[in-house]
Amino acid sequence: MNRRFSWFNATSLTLGFAFLYLPILILVIYSFNESKLVTVWAGFSTKWYGELFRNQAFMDAAIVTLKVAVVSSTLATILGTMAAYVLVRGGRFMGRTLFSGMIYAPLVVPDVITGLSLLLLFISIGLDRGVGTIVLAHATFSMCYVSVVVSSRLVSFDRSLEEAALDLGCTPWDAFRSVTLPIIAPAVIAGWLLAFTLSLDDLVIASFASGPSATTLPMKIFSAVRLGVSPEINALSTILISIVTVGVVTSSLLTKRASVRRQQQERAAIAEG
Amino acid sequence: MSRDAAKARGEVFAPWLDENAEPLIRFDRVTKKFGDFVAIDDLSIDIYEREFFALLGPSGCGKTTLMRMLAGFETPTTGKIMLAGKNIGPIPANKRPVNMMFQSYALFPHLTVADNIAFGLKRSDMPKDQIAARVDEMLGLVQLKKFGGRKPHQISGGQRQRVALARALAKSPKLLLLDEPLAALDRKLREETQFELMDIQEKLGTTFVIVTHDQEEAMTVASRVAVMDHGQLIQVATPEAIYETPNSRYVADFIGDINLIEGAVKSVARDIAEISWAESMEPLRATAPEGLTKGANCCFAIRPEKVSISAERPEKAANALPGKVIDIGYLGNMSTYHVELANGQMVKAQVPNQNRLSRHAFTWEDAVWVSFTATAGLVLTA
Ligand SMILES: Nc1ncnc2c1ncn2[C@@H]1O[C@H](COP(=O)(O)OP(=O)(O)O)[C@@H](O)[C@H]1O
Ligand SMILES: [Mg+2]
Repeated sequence: MNRRFSWFNATSLTLGFAFLYLPILILVIYSFNESKLVTVWAGFSTKWYGELFRNQAFMDAAIVTLKVAVVSSTLATILGTMAAYVLVRGGRFMGRTLFSGMIYAPLVVPDVITGLSLLLLFISIGLDRGVGTIVLAHATFSMCYVSVVVSSRLVSFDRSLEEAALDLGCTPWDAFRSVTLPIIAPAVIAGWLLAFTLSLDDLVIASFASGPSATTLPMKIFSAVRLGVSPEINALSTILISIVTVGVVTSSLLTKRASVRRQQQERAAIAEG
Repeated sequence: MSRDAAKARGEVFAPWLDENAEPLIRFDRVTKKFGDFVAIDDLSIDIYEREFFALLGPSGCGKTTLMRMLAGFETPTTGKIMLAGKNIGPIPANKRPVNMMFQSYALFPHLTVADNIAFGLKRSDMPKDQIAARVDEMLGLVQLKKFGGRKPHQISGGQRQRVALARALAKSPKLLLLDEPLAALDRKLREETQFELMDIQEKLGTTFVIVTHDQEEAMTVASRVAVMDHGQLIQVATPEAIYETPNSRYVADFIGDINLIEGAVKSVARDIAEISWAESMEPLRATAPEGLTKGANCCFAIRPEKVSISAERPEKAANALPGKVIDIGYLGNMSTYHVELANGQMVKAQVPNQNRLSRHAFTWEDAVWVSFTATAGLVLTA
């Protein structure tokens, strides 16, 4: 096979990346625009970032968003890890297939449906909508992502490590805490970061789950944009993009590096005999 | 009383012969099923304190399952397992005075060698200040004093194997289970480690149950060997007895090299049975086992090293058969001659090579006689 870099490959790559990243690039560039007019370039400036931090409404929304993201991703990580553990370790139990299908369903169910059904649930049990309900909603849809990340790690986990822990006197919980968890920690952290970024940029589900008392940043941006795009919004979006990028990249590096290192160690072990 | 002390006084370590001896482990009609599949089939066995007991059998015969039931990772479908007179069925794995050395070693990758060894001790009632001393003692026992601070992936395979052993022994279990402990080591290291294991076992006096599919390993280390097949015990005996007096074709064939000749009992007279095995061939003469009846189907079994080979018919041999040399296998210390008898039956004869430069006495196509005494072979009916 010819593995050289052909013109065809180069063009496809450029087109693909342009398609993906040009809009974002333009947004980032215009966030440093001196002019108030979004489409007219008038020189480099960071003044909109300063404006942004003086805008109380945006700052309030940012705080709500961070709170929601931290709490909901922690909740999702705990629930998702537990679900992954049961699915991978629980052996065959009644309804296992149904259970695993149901855990992964939110990956493909449209956000609007998830949001709407959560809204109906909150109304029917009479829960006051606000920060709490957004947290619940986000934990619900992001736990399946955590569960996917963690279970792919657990599948390659040598079960006899847990048995060795039991054999040496651990209770099952102690074995999980002192052997399983430290070893799968990179995957759990990666899952948390993923859940965190998912929560950070969710608009649809948050809109359904929130009430008048709580507005997240994406909701704020969306409503502001309807009155016209301001350079402030560009600045805010740039910051959000940076945070999300760092989160996703760290998460995938954590998963990838751990598995590469594991393979290296295994190879070294085999080589040494 | 250690085995050494017993040996020094000329006593033989054989509690299984003593009717009053209490077994440490008793499997009482244990059956284990996975769904419809019977992994362990109505198995009963006694294992005594200080024994080095080997479970030997082909892959899939249920060795690991038997061991996992002792460790507490599987529960018998029916039957009882007693440890020191107590039914351990209801006791979970983490409460049993039994430790296991896993085939994969199962060392905790996030802990150092010393922390791996201390892992079980920290979960026992041992006072904190004694744990460090115990870890040190175990590191000394397996000659890894310098490696306590390393992680498992920073040491060699042989060292990892010793860490796994030290970790399993640290809590001074009544019973140590070893599942194919040496399978991952190369041949030379494996042989050295076998002797190390025996040393450690004699020093500590712990009862060892080892699983292996390597018959040489079982014969080397064990005080008794249990040969298994399809979840059943075929024979349980000392290595010598298993080798010299196998109770069935299966055991005879599984352990070492052997010639098996199918036939029928022609006559039994004064302990000597005559076995007819092929038309136009002289019957074979061998010591008759008790209860052998005339006309029964049987199998004559003889080890290659008990078969002599000569150019002329030996005068006084109880059995002598003519044939010709088909193949010669040179093994260094021995040569194996494959001799084809007149009716096509192949017989292997093994001859030690005593002189370095002497040429083989026989070569391909030579007409030879194979011969053996009446007590050299065995008559098997199972
Ligand atoms: N958890 C299990 N579920 C179903 N079958 C099993 C299980 N464990 C073992 N077996 C089956 O039981 C038989 C004996 O297995 P094992 O004890 O591991 O054999 P050995 O260690 O002698 O190679 C094998 O055929 C294996 O497939
Ligand atoms: Mg096995």
